[in-house]
Amino acid sequence: MSRATSLVSTEWVQENISNKSFVFVEVDEDTTLYEKGHIEGAITFHWREDLQDGLIRDLISKEKFEALLSKNGISNGSTVVLYGGNNNWFATYAFWYFKIYGHADVRLIDGGRKLWELKGLPLVTEVPTPTATRYVAKERDNSIRAFRDQVIASIGIKNIVDVRSPAEFSGELAAPAHLPQEGGQIKGHIPSAKNIPWSKAANEDGTFRSNEELSDLYKAAGVDFAKETIAYCRIGERSAFSWFVLHELLDLQNVTNYDGSWTEYGSLVGVPVAVGA
Amino acid sequence: MRTCGATPGGADLAGVDLANQTVIQGAVLRGGVSDGVPNGAPVDNAYVRLLDSTGEFTAEVPTNLEGQFRFFAAPGSWTVVVLAHGARAEVKVQAQQGTPIDLVIQI
Repeated sequence: MSRATSLVSTEWVQENISNKSFVFVEVDEDTTLYEKGHIEGAITFHWREDLQDGLIRDLISKEKFEALLSKNGISNGSTVVLYGGNNNWFATYAFWYFKIYGHADVRLIDGGRKLWELKGLPLVTEVPTPTATRYVAKERDNSIRAFRDQVIASIGIKNIVDVRSPAEFSGELAAPAHLPQEGGQIKGHIPSAKNIPWSKAANEDGTFRSNEELSDLYKAAGVDFAKETIAYCRIGERSAFSWFVLHELLDLQNVTNYDGSWTEYGSLVGVPVAVGA
Repeated sequence: MRTCGATPGGADLAGVDLANQTVIQGAVLRGGVSDGVPNGAPVDNAYVRLLDSTGEFTAEVPTNLEGQFRFFAAPGSWTVVVLAHGARAEVKVQAQQGTPIDLVIQI
């Protein structure tokens, strides 16, 4: 994958908005945004109701993913174009999700909902009524997902990238500053992790920095591209953003998203924890 | 919107544990007069960014239908940056735990 195959511009969207082979999907943290207005023809996934199992803490099953896509008119041959608020956090999480279940062609709108709004581009409130399909997902591809035991075994060995804010990394805050301060049982970070906040990969308008800037960012922070890399945050969405940067834009293999992230790690009994910058 | 007599800026803080939270909130208004009383049209599609004392990005929220936003931060110096179609504004604040900061930002 690469920037050319995974990322599209707002101009590209304007040119292709009527193409029926593209399915535009908005995924937001603030799920009321879609109702306020969305890109014409776009459907929405609710990050909690649609993309979390609900009973156990996990991704939805293959069968539920198939049902979700089928009822929303997405077929195996569809080009899925994702975007969302919050600098595409949850849209990149959905992108990672589509890759987990092996969807062939999925792309992300550079700058997401924010750039679309900052440019004053049109949003509509009409909700499309998709024609149902019979989507068939692949078995989960866990080569892009990290689990807690893999993370513990990787301390001091692989690149571990903590993409939260410096205050969360150091243990000062338990959650991002726009959320109530809840998180893992304790504060801090995984030992040997490098703190490279997701935000450093984005421009103020929500677009990604250039590949050269991104490569320099990770190298300067001590990430060795020859090694495997695990990205984590608090609940796995911001790290999906950084996973997208490393795996899709910089085209690095062996990059995983630890979606258990700090809410899991920071609640485990007996695992090593570091605090401070 | 002109909310003379009402609490300026951000949303109602009922239900927020103010004693243990450091709240920075406010409202983004367009086309009003900066006369100390909130007035103008609420900007419901602005993005508000919170930068720490070194200018490092910490958080970002979209404004709600009333143009309001809220951060749960930590005590210290912060910069609030507002991005909206055709406008950009910055406000520096000093946050304290237990005393919410309530801003009115005209763009």
